[in-house]
Amino acid sequence: MKIAVCIKQVVTREWQLRVNDQKTWIRDQDASFELNEPDAYALEEALRLKEKHGGEVVVCCAGPARATQVIREALARGADRAIHVESDALAAADANAVADALAGAIRDESVDLVLTGLQSDDQGFGQVGVVLAEKLGMPHATIIMEVQKLDGAAGLRVKRELEGGWFQWVALPAPALLTIQSGINQLRYATLKGIMAAKKKEIRKVAPAVAPAAQRITAMYFPEKGKKTQMLSGTPADAAKQLVARLREEARAL
Amino acid sequence: MILVVAEHRDGKLNRASLETIAAAQQAGSGAAPVKVAVLGTSVDAVARELAAAGVAEVVTIDDAALQDYTADGFVLALEALIGAEAPERVFLPHTYQTRDFAPALAARVNRPLVTDCVAVKAGGYVRPMFQGKLQADIAVDGPHMATFQIGAYRADAVTPGASPAPVRRAEIRVDPARIRQKPEPPFKEAKQAVDLSQAERIVSVGRGIKSQEHLQLAQQLAQAMGAEIAASRPICDAGWLPMDRQIGSSGQTVAPKLYVALGISGAIQHLVGMKGARTIVAINKDPEAPIFEIADYGIVGDLFEIVPAMIAELGK
Repeated sequence: MKIAVCIKQVVTREWQLRVNDQKTWIRDQDASFELNEPDAYALEEALRLKEKHGGEVVVCCAGPARATQVIREALARGADRAIHVESDALAAADANAVADALAGAIRDESVDLVLTGLQSDDQGFGQVGVVLAEKLGMPHATIIMEVQKLDGAAGLRVKRELEGGWFQWVALPAPALLTIQSGINQLRYATLKGIMAAKKKEIRKVAPAVAPAAQRITAMYFPEKGKKTQMLSGTPADAAKQLVARLREEARAL
Repeated sequence: MILVVAEHRDGKLNRASLETIAAAQQAGSGAAPVKVAVLGTSVDAVARELAAAGVAEVVTIDDAALQDYTADGFVLALEALIGAEAPERVFLPHTYQTRDFAPALAARVNRPLVTDCVAVKAGGYVRPMFQGKLQADIAVDGPHMATFQIGAYRADAVTPGASPAPVRRAEIRVDPARIRQKPEPPFKEAKQAVDLSQAERIVSVGRGIKSQEHLQLAQQLAQAMGAEIAASRPICDAGWLPMDRQIGSSGQTVAPKLYVALGISGAIQHLVGMKGARTIVAINKDPEAPIFEIADYGIVGDLFEIVPAMIAELGK
């Protein structure tokens, strides 16, 4: 089973977000970066499928030069090789442009399966995977909690998560694209051996023509607070005391 | 014209569809007519229900190939409908089902898709980014599609029609041979062991709890408050608490008297499961965490200092 996994580099969750002077994006020159967590579950699922059925895991990443950090991380966790679709224009590109860049890299690889995370922690479109399937002419299924490979050429049977605690099994022919739900598996971390091995693995660079943006960010800002929140300050003991008093006397919740 | 794609399951209308109609009515502000599409089999009753809204027309696509939802079936049917109706904009509720097919549909009809919008603004939309910590104004040119976050518009804000809108069945057929996904019937997992919806008070933990050993601290607080313990998705994903303790769109929906969120940033998927709580307390080290937007009481600080102080205070 030859599996392509799409990953994205995003700013770390701990980084205190700041907006740039033009108020059109974050000040990412100051940021620290990490592997988009939903994509880590897609990578883990690919590694498990390879362990079970054999084959190859190819990591595909569309992003600027700094994204090499997360590509190395994925190789260290066990992916076999990588394709880096590299362009500065991909740092804040829209979903269509990212899917286009990934499609160009994956099209000639003749993979059996493409996995992506559900959405990215930065722009959070939740659409790159499904657009990519359409561009590759593959059937797709989303929010996947379990992947079964059927015998021979029969394809796949996958468990989709629906809303409100419902699930559904769906069969689809391979090659196919799946977006993986976070929590489908337990993540592994890179071992020292993996990190050493990753240094010898191939990262093929591709320079794409990035599709023009169809949607543009014209302003970026912190949302206004909708509800009147009473912020309690002081030392931890002071704040705790005020809180418990208000929960007892004002809210009558205790 | 704005085309709204309504959602239903087995003939029961998903109320998010009404929210999306409200968004379309406000976006069109009387100048752009709103039409509503509904797909499936035996959709007449749903169509009549939708026709009560002040819209120009309800269009049904009634085809045996659409009886069970599939992404391919919906893309084929809506590709044909968009071709025939040429709406300037297509609006959908940002449900799991929409997320499954709308991006493929947008790519198929070569239109930009703006997802998870919370408002329509002159020339574009407002949508959250960076997990709700920031918002962005999005400009989009020409015919396009947009999805709306659940709860961003109110279903009861729909302007009703003076008389029911006409319902028309579109002459669109879907070739079942072109549907590649073969769905099985939906099911629920084994009955949930814990029914958090009955809890009066809930202490809920998120990523800020950092490690499984620290859960003990949250449990002590829960005990001191007479509360049940619950968590946001990442905690259950990590296996620190069982899945039946999860609050949010993929877990349980609760509305207790008191909800204490410890180290929960407040992603929308979590908020939809608990925003109905009467009193919400948020304790988080990040002052920009979206959870503070819906909290009644907030403390910015280290939960490992504040929670022990609360336990001590409750014991007094």
